[in-house]
Order: sequence, then C-alpha cells, then structure tokens
Amino acid sequence: MSEITVTPLGAGQDVGRSCILVSIGGKNIMFDCGMHMGFNDERRFPDFSYITKEGRLTEHLDCVIISHFHLDHCGALPYMSEMVGYDGPIYMTHPTKAICPILLEDYRKITVERKGEQNFFTSEMIKTCMKKVKAVNLHEVIQVDDELEIKPYYAGHVLGAAMFHIQVGRQSLVYTGDYNMTPDRHLGSAWIDKCRPDLLISESTYATTIRDSKRCRERDFLKKVHDCVERGGKVLIPVFALGRAQELCILLETYWDRMNLKVPIYFSLGLTEKANHYYKLFITWTSQKIKNTFVQRNMFEFKHIKPFDRAFIDNPGPMVVFATPGMLHAGLSLQIFKKWAPNENNMVIMPGYCVAGTIGHKILNGARRLEMENKQVLEVKLKVEYMSFSAHADAKGIMQLISWCEPRSVLLVHGEAAKMEFLKRKIQQEFGIECYMPANGETVCIQTQHNIPVDVSLKLLKREASAAGLPDPKTPRMLHGALVMRGNKLQLIEPRQALMDLGLAEHHLRFTSTLYVEEEGPPSKVAENIYQLVKSKCKDQPTQYSSDGSISVSDVLISVSGEDDDKTKSVLVSWSHQDEVLGSFLLNLVNTELTTATE
Amino acid sequence: MKLLCLSNQPSKPCFVLYFKGVTLMLDCALDIAQILSYLPVPVVARSRLNKLAHWLLATEKFGKQGEELSHELRECGNRVFVDGVLEFATPELGMVDMAQVDAILISSCTNMLALPYITEYTGFKGVVYATEPTMQMARQFMTELATYVERCPRTRVCNMWKSEEILRSLPMPVRDAVNPSTWKKCYSMHDIAGCLSKVQCVGFNEKRGIFGALKVTALSSGYCIGSSNWVIHSEYEKVCYVAGTSTLTTHPKPIDQVPLKNSDIMILCCLTQTPLTNPDSMIGEFCVNAAVTIKNGGNVLVPCYPLGVTFDLFECLSGHLDSCGLSTVPMYFVSPVCDSTLAYSNIFAEWLSHVKQSKVYLPEPPFPHAELVSLGRLRHYANIHDGLQNDFKTPCIVFAGHPSLRLGDVIHFIDLWGKSPTNTIIFTEPDFPYLEALGPFQPLQMRVCYCPIDTSLSFAQANKLVKELRPTQLVVSETYLLPPAGMPQRTDLVVEWDPPPMTYKRGEILTLPVKRKFENIEITPELASTLDPVEVKPGAAITMLTGSLVVKDNKYTLEPLRKRGKGIKIESDGSIVQPKSYIWGTLNIKMFVDSLTEQGITDIKVEESGDGSIIHLPNDDTLIQIESGSTHIMCGGDETVRIKLRDTLLKCLQKL
Repeated sequence: MSEITVTPLGAGQDVGRSCILVSIGGKNIMFDCGMHMGFNDERRFPDFSYITKEGRLTEHLDCVIISHFHLDHCGALPYMSEMVGYDGPIYMTHPTKAICPILLEDYRKITVERKGEQNFFTSEMIKTCMKKVKAVNLHEVIQVDDELEIKPYYAGHVLGAAMFHIQVGRQSLVYTGDYNMTPDRHLGSAWIDKCRPDLLISESTYATTIRDSKRCRERDFLKKVHDCVERGGKVLIPVFALGRAQELCILLETYWDRMNLKVPIYFSLGLTEKANHYYKLFITWTSQKIKNTFVQRNMFEFKHIKPFDRAFIDNPGPMVVFATPGMLHAGLSLQIFKKWAPNENNMVIMPGYCVAGTIGHKILNGARRLEMENKQVLEVKLKVEYMSFSAHADAKGIMQLISWCEPRSVLLVHGEAAKMEFLKRKIQQEFGIECYMPANGETVCIQTQHNIPVDVSLKLLKREASAAGLPDPKTPRMLHGALVMRGNKLQLIEPRQALMDLGLAEHHLRFTSTLYVEEEGPPSKVAENIYQLVKSKCKDQPTQYSSDGSISVSDVLISVSGEDDDKTKSVLVSWSHQDEVLGSFLLNLVNTELTTATE
Repeated sequence: MKLLCLSNQPSKPCFVLYFKGVTLMLDCALDIAQILSYLPVPVVARSRLNKLAHWLLATEKFGKQGEELSHELRECGNRVFVDGVLEFATPELGMVDMAQVDAILISSCTNMLALPYITEYTGFKGVVYATEPTMQMARQFMTELATYVERCPRTRVCNMWKSEEILRSLPMPVRDAVNPSTWKKCYSMHDIAGCLSKVQCVGFNEKRGIFGALKVTALSSGYCIGSSNWVIHSEYEKVCYVAGTSTLTTHPKPIDQVPLKNSDIMILCCLTQTPLTNPDSMIGEFCVNAAVTIKNGGNVLVPCYPLGVTFDLFECLSGHLDSCGLSTVPMYFVSPVCDSTLAYSNIFAEWLSHVKQSKVYLPEPPFPHAELVSLGRLRHYANIHDGLQNDFKTPCIVFAGHPSLRLGDVIHFIDLWGKSPTNTIIFTEPDFPYLEALGPFQPLQMRVCYCPIDTSLSFAQANKLVKELRPTQLVVSETYLLPPAGMPQRTDLVVEWDPPPMTYKRGEILTLPVKRKFENIEITPELASTLDPVEVKPGAAITMLTGSLVVKDNKYTLEPLRKRGKGIKIESDGSIVQPKSYIWGTLNIKMFVDSLTEQGITDIKVEESGDGSIIHLPNDDTLIQIESGSTHIMCGGDETVRIKLRDTLLKCLQKL
C-alpha cells in the first residue's frame, strides 16, 4: 500500500495563484506556479515557505510543470526559481515557453513601472528562469529521471495548454491545468486516453454551469456589439492578449465581413501583433479547421482589425476596442473603462472569468459606484455584459473527462468551494469514486493499491495454457508455480526448476498401503471391480486400467495381487506425497466399499 | 521472430516483421527510380520528345509481334523508352496477406509513397503510425506525383514489353526493369485522401501499445522533418528499426540515439546511395556551380523534390549569392505543392534543429526561405502556366520537379535551355543516376553538374553508430556487406559488426535469433497477501503460488483461485483442492526416530542399508525406507498410523 499526497499552495477552493504540490512514489512535483490577481501584497504569490523555511527549493522538488501561459498559472515562476531559488527542470510546451516570458515581462512592467513596486523580479530573472525550461511536445513521454515519467496531452483552453500525465512506477496521476471540452473557433478540445490514473486533479471553474450551445452565445455577443455601435456607442472588450482575444477577433472579423460594417475595430497595440504571429507559427496547436486551411488563408491575418492608439480614446463616434488586461485590474483596459464608464450609450463586455477583488469582478456583481485609488468615485453608467467565452470545461465536460480517463479518485482545484461541493457529490454519485477538494495548505493523502509485476517463465505460462485447451476469457485457468524472490527480482517459474535453481534437493515421499480384500476368483476380477468403482466416484480423474492388472488414477497406482484360489487378495495403493489427497481418498474408498479382511 | 524483405532497393525499404503474434510492416517505399524506363511526359504539346522515332529494330528482332511492340517504345541515342502510361514499382506485396498486417510503421515521408496501394487496394485493415510532419509531407509528395501524372495524361497502356523474353533482349535502360509485370498505375487524389485518413499521428517518444503485446516508439532520426527510427519492444525484448538516419546537422531535429542502445535486433537500411561523395562539399560545389553559371549569363536548372534537402539548398544558395553580389538573381520554385511545403515547413518548429526551433520564440519563421519569399527573391508557382511568364527574368535559378526528369515542369526547362552551353543543370537528388535520367534528352548542349547530396548515414557513420548502439544481432541488406559495384578495392565501404550481420534481400524470410523466455504477469494484492515466502538462502526466498490466470488484452493477471475454472478441482465439501506441495531437505534419522518416540511409537528398529536406512515398526507392520532424497512409507490399511508417520516425517523436513 502506497500513497499520493496533494497540497495546494494556491487554487485550493479558489481561482487564481494555481500551485499544487504533489508527492508520488517518493517524487515531489509542483504543478503550476501562478499569481493571484485579486491581491497586491505577498498573498499574490504562493507561500513557498511551506516547502522549506530556509534555503533553496531545488533539493525538495524533482520537477516543476507549467500547464499554460496564463499568469495565474505561471506568474510566480521567476519569483520561485530566482528569488526563492530553484534550479531543477521546469517543463512546459513549446507555445507556452514562447509566450510565457512575454506575459511575465508585461506583468513585471505594470507592477514595477506603473505601481512603482520594489523587490519584484527583474527582466534578467525572467530570462534566467526561462533557461531552466525544457519544452515538451504532445504525447512525448519524458523521462525526468529513472523513475519519473511525464506525458502531455492537448487541453484546448489557450494556445499550448496541456494536461500532464505523471507516472512513477505503478502510481500515476493526471493534472489537467485549465481545459475545455468543446472546440471553439481557434482551438480544438481537450483529449486524453483511457490511462486509468490513481488520481485526476481537475480544474472546476465552471463546476455548476452547463453552458448552452456555443453558437447561441456567439450570436448573442455579435448582436449586442452590433446594437451598441448602431446606437453610436463604444464597446470595450477587456481581454488577455492571447487566447480569447484571437477567438473574438476571428468572430468579429467574419461578422464585419458578412454584414459589411465600417465601424472601426481596434486592438490594443504591443502584444497583439506579436501574439497573432505566434498563432501563425504554432498553427499545429490550433483547431483542425484552421490547420486544414492555413495554406490558403491564415485566419490570424485580420483585415478589419487595426492597432489602437491611446489618442483614440476620446474619438467621437462608435468603435469596438479590445484592450488588455482582461479583468480591468490595471493597464489600458482600465484607463479606457474610466473614460467610457459615465456614458450609458457605451458598453463593456466581460468575456471571461474575473477574480474577486478586481474591478471586473465588482461591476459584474452590479456595483455602480466604484472607489478608485485616490478616493475618487467612478459612476458606472455604461452597460455591463458578461459573456462566458472563457474556455473552461463545464460540469458536463469535467464529467466527460472523468469517464474518458477513468481515474480511481478525483481531486478538484481552481474553483469556488460551494460549486466544488456540488460537483464533488455528483462525481461520487455517478462514478462511485472518492473525490477531494482540499483548501490551500490542506494536505490530502490518497492510498493506492497496485498489482505486483512478476516475470513469469514462458514455459510455465505456455504449458498451463496448452494443458487447459483453447483460451476462454470467461473461465480463468489455474496457474501453479514457484515464486522466487531475489533482491528486487520476482520470478514465477516451474516449482522443480525453482528448487533446482536454488540448490534445494527435493525430497520424494511415497506411501504404499496394503489392504486385504475378501474376494474369490482371479485378481483381475477384483481389479475390474475397483476400476468400475473408481470410475464412478472420480469422474474427472484420468483413470486407466492396464493389461498387467494395475489401475492408475491420475498419478496414484492401485494393483491387486494374489492367487486365483486364495480367499483374500491384497490391494496395494501407492502414491507420492503430492497426490496425498487423492491417494488417501482412494485408499478409504477401497477400504469402505469393498469387504476387507483383517489379515 | 521472422523478418520478410519485400523491397529490392535497400534505400526504398519495405519489411514485414512477425513478433509475439503481431504482424508489423516497416515502411512501404516506392522504388521510384524504375520510372526511368519511361519516356518523359512533356508539359507542352510541341515538345521534341513527342517526335522521337519508334523503335524500328523491333520488327527485325521479333517479327510480326515486333510491329506492335515498336509502338510501345521510342528510341533516343541507342536507348529505348516506353511511351505509355507511367507505372510504379511497388514492394513485393504478393508474399503477405495484407489483411493479417496489424500495423504499418513509417520512418519518413520518402518511405511511404507506396502506402495508397496497400490501404486502398489490398485487404489491409490495420493502422498506420507516422509522425504528423511525416504524414503532411508525404501528402505533398503523393499529391505532387499524382498531379504530374493526372495533368498530362497518357492513354496507351503498354504491357507487351514486359513479357520475360522480350524484356531480356531490349536495349538499356528498359532491360533493367525489375518485375515490371507487377507495376501499378499511379494512385489518384482520392486514393491519397483515403490512405492518409488511416494514418494515426504519433509524437517522438510516444509509446503506442499494439494489442497489449508490443509497444512501438518513434525516435527522431535526423534525416528530414519528422523522420523517425522505431523501437519495437516487449517487456523483455527490443527490436530497433533504423532507417533514413542522419548524424549530420541540417534542419531536422537531431537523431535521438540513447533509446536505440543495446537492442536484441537492429535492422539497418537506407544508408547513403552515394558513398563516394560528401554532402557538405557537394553543397559547396552546388553553390559555386550555380554562381559561376549566373555570372556567365546562363541559367541554372535544379531538378528537385518539393521539400527536404531543397530547403537547405535555398538557404545555402541565397547566402552564397549574397556573398557573390548576386542577391538580385531571382530563384523560382515550381511545383504543384510548393505553397503547401513552404507553409508547412514553417509550422513544424518542434520537429526542427535547436537553432531553427529557437527562432519561433522571437517570433520569427524557422526557415530563411520565408523571408526570401516575402522579399520576392524566391518566387513559387504551381506550374509554368501559373503566372510565371509575367515575372520571368533571366538569368535565374529554377528549382523544379520531378528529379527523375520523367514528369513535371522540369522537362519544359530542359527543352527551353538544353541547347545552350551557357546554361547548367545541377543534379542533387541521389535517387536517380543522372546520366540515365538525361537519356531521352540527348543530345544536350547544356552543362551538366552532378552534386548528389545524400545526408543519410555513410558507411563510416553507420559503423560508428552500430558500435555505439551495440545490438546483439545486426540485420542489413546483403549489398551492404560488399563494396559498391565497380569499386571492389573500397573495402572500407561495407558494414562491419561482430557477430557478422544477418542479411536480407527481396523475397527472403529471415528467422531472427530471439528466444523469448519470460513474460510479464501481475499478482493482485489479495493473492500476494496470502503468500508466505520462506527465505531459503541469504537474499533468496521462495513460495509456492497457485492462482487463477486472467488474460485480458494480452496482459496476464493472477488472482486468488476462483471456484469455477479450468483445471480447478473441487472437493466434495465445496472447497477448492489446494495444489501440490513440495518437500525438500535430507532426513536426519536420529531426529526422526526421536520424534517417533515422542509420538508413542516405541518399538523402532533401524537398519543401515547401502546409502540409506530402513526403519521397521513391527507393532504397526510398517517399513520406512529412507534414502538421501526420498522416503517410502509402506504400511497396512490403517490411516491413523500412516497419518501419524506422515506428520512426524514432515516436521523433520522443509516444506513449501
């Protein structure tokens, strides 16, 4: 009996700051290393002092795995590796490796240059941190060391997002990161094979939602944008530079094309163009449809969407603006929001999840008066719309993933406690497996039980197979052998071979019991009687009556001797110790069924 | 374990491997050089090729039959060529029942061109495993071939020349055709789509199970984008299939050697086809020849495939032209699939060399030809009618297919430039002997350069690789054990290994020396908890084990005995008959006698006899015959006595 222990440092009954510590088969793994957007103090990063009070993390961790490039999954990485100290391997996919440093740099700039924070990681630290990263391909099995194997699967969600399968010896687990189970305009859906892990650690952002069809949501979104610009209003769509933004761009681009609209669409400069370029180079990670048509037309070259300039904020007339970041917590999107909020003609569409504490979260909860940093109060008059475009699996999707990979237990992270509770009950009911939802800092210990692998001699296996005739999956056969243990090696071989290999001399023990039967006539008559008796009593034993008057029942020998005119005949029953049961049974049979004489 | 070789050409492999009840096909390449027997298919109607004379000698040689035959063959400079529908030499598929093949493993895009013949025209129902770039690039290769054939269709099907007795007395190159009666017409676009839909994409180092019996893994082989060597392993045996490997640094991801080490069997094929030349110096020579021709006001024609080394040529040549001050010379790339191959080359960063891969992090396209295209230095066209005339400026460099010179737009450029000695045609593809390829175009005034670039393993590299990988048994083509034809003194150009390699040739079945001894079985924890191993020696313990064997997906599991099952005996009271036990050790007579006394047996007579003893118990009418490895108890019918003796004896011996 061995165990897997899981401790979330972040994302335990919470969204944001994903960081989950797992100990499996003596290996310690950190899944994701994110930041929390709702906090500006030390709570924004996971509490690494949980791992060790002092010193570096290198000797306490075997590897770090980053599922995708969102900052709530990788935002604390340079802090962890450079400021706390970690030199071991960090695994992520190629697109994540490409995009992650750009987002980190962007995040650093906002924090240090705008907010003037000291003691934050530097650009140089991001670079040294990225040097420790090993890029992985989908389905490639990576041998971290002799025992630890990891294998990434496609997760959808954003470009390069992956789920990871971890195996140490017989123990295994799957960490999903964020994933989506329905393909969208630019990404495919997550997929995993029936790997039957001991534990599935799944996100549960939309644990209680079952989303309506994607097409309806898209039509809704387009209608709202169109109505607003027709009234002359301005539409602000706060997004993260990569991910949802590209999907919405494709959506608006095709709609503008079809409806022949002339209202300008802007995309906040900087990241965007670069971002689109990444999408072009990593087209193998996008959806099947985009892959199939990219030679003729690359979907990420937009006609209607133009770069945004700060000066455009005060331009009169309708426009649609995509601006970063997506939760209105800082940067350009917040700046535009402040300008446009007082006008009821305008609209803000929040296309994704907002973390508690952000302005995005506040206005979604109906706040119409916001207190800003310098005690100013902002009246929110513009329309606030929420469209769930964020690519997470909904309850149905999570259940589907569980049925695909058939885990022995499930652990939920990256969601709200109340919603998790609901999903947990559902999983327990539907699949009959244990489901956990630890809070941050709380450790869950999962017991695992596995079959023991043994080398079986092919000779033994084949002999048993041929003895029992054709294989029949419904009736298992019996296998008898000697299990020899030498060091770590377990071998199942033929018993005689095993004794010989170990230099053990087998001791042959044989019994011969003699009975006297009162019976006239030739001994063959007695033998015939015994033969018929044995045949009727032991139907499944091979019984043979040979010409010299002896009867063999399996390996037990019975012979009758005596002269024709003797009144009694002697019956010899002889067997080896291995046939003790049968031999003893036959002896008793002859003893009770025939008239025996005392000497 | 058995290996069938279905191909005549070690660089165009096709094998079938039988292992653990699984049938695997390794590659299915097309022996493309065989199409050199055909007359080129011109792209424009007024080509000189259509005016070549029929082979007149035919009537003289074969009489009445020859008259018809002469319509099938045309003559050019003492050589004859078949003027009919192009057919391709497929692997020897008659030897195997394709319905029995469970999976096909593909090593590179160049080695799967015969796949549509198998998936679409035989009973094959298995799966095909290949990496994604291999699949996409093979699609381009196949599409190019099929487009060339469909674009300028020939209608006459020629079969007469194929008959054995006629073939033998025909002139070169037709005489050398291998089994032409089995050749097949080119597949259609529809066949290609159907064929590739049966391919399952794998990543490098991905372990794929085949019926639970075997696992197959593709490993980077460094030859072209996505090319792979395969490791086929069971729990105890390992077979490596090493094909199309390169240890040079070009654009693909480098070879991954470590997992290939210490195999039981290593099958090696696709060594260099040009053992006498070095690819690096040939690239240099290629660039120099091209630049000199341009400086002299001539044009350069490069017959090429639409991908692979061609990408390296773009890179090297553009660099060389820059250094010669010839940056303004246009390069034209003409192939029906050129836009796809150029686009695909830039999205497979994960499958490229480290230098190219790190470019996408910037983000920049990994190949410089993307920039050449955007600058207008490299222009690409589907065919010569695709707007090429409007842009065409000379002097220029044209890359065009097909390198056999039997198909494609390259034929047009030979017609166009062949008469002037200022122009140069440079051969780089090692698949075709260039003089044979030029046969139907003679006489030709154009300058001819031969700079074959074959990045596959040279013999020296192959021997070094084998030495590092240390296979127990190496299997190679019989041609690799002899120096190349015509160079018997070059004994360095052979594969050497100890023990001597086994060899294959077309149509042969090899029995590979792998003896399986063990199989993996799993014991459930319930069964394991009932076991009580006895340590019989320091570090070695043993226990007897009986369980029901469950076989599922070729995986064996031992569970506690169930009541129903084959070979399981039930006692009359319904309990399961426990199987045999084993006794070992030598009986200590004194100890035995003492124990008997304790049991209340007093009248014991011990007699020494030979190498053992006989114990006589007169009261119970019993004799016990004891030798060093055996004991025989002979008694009357009284079971109580016998059982008492048995149990006493067992206490004095070890039991399992």
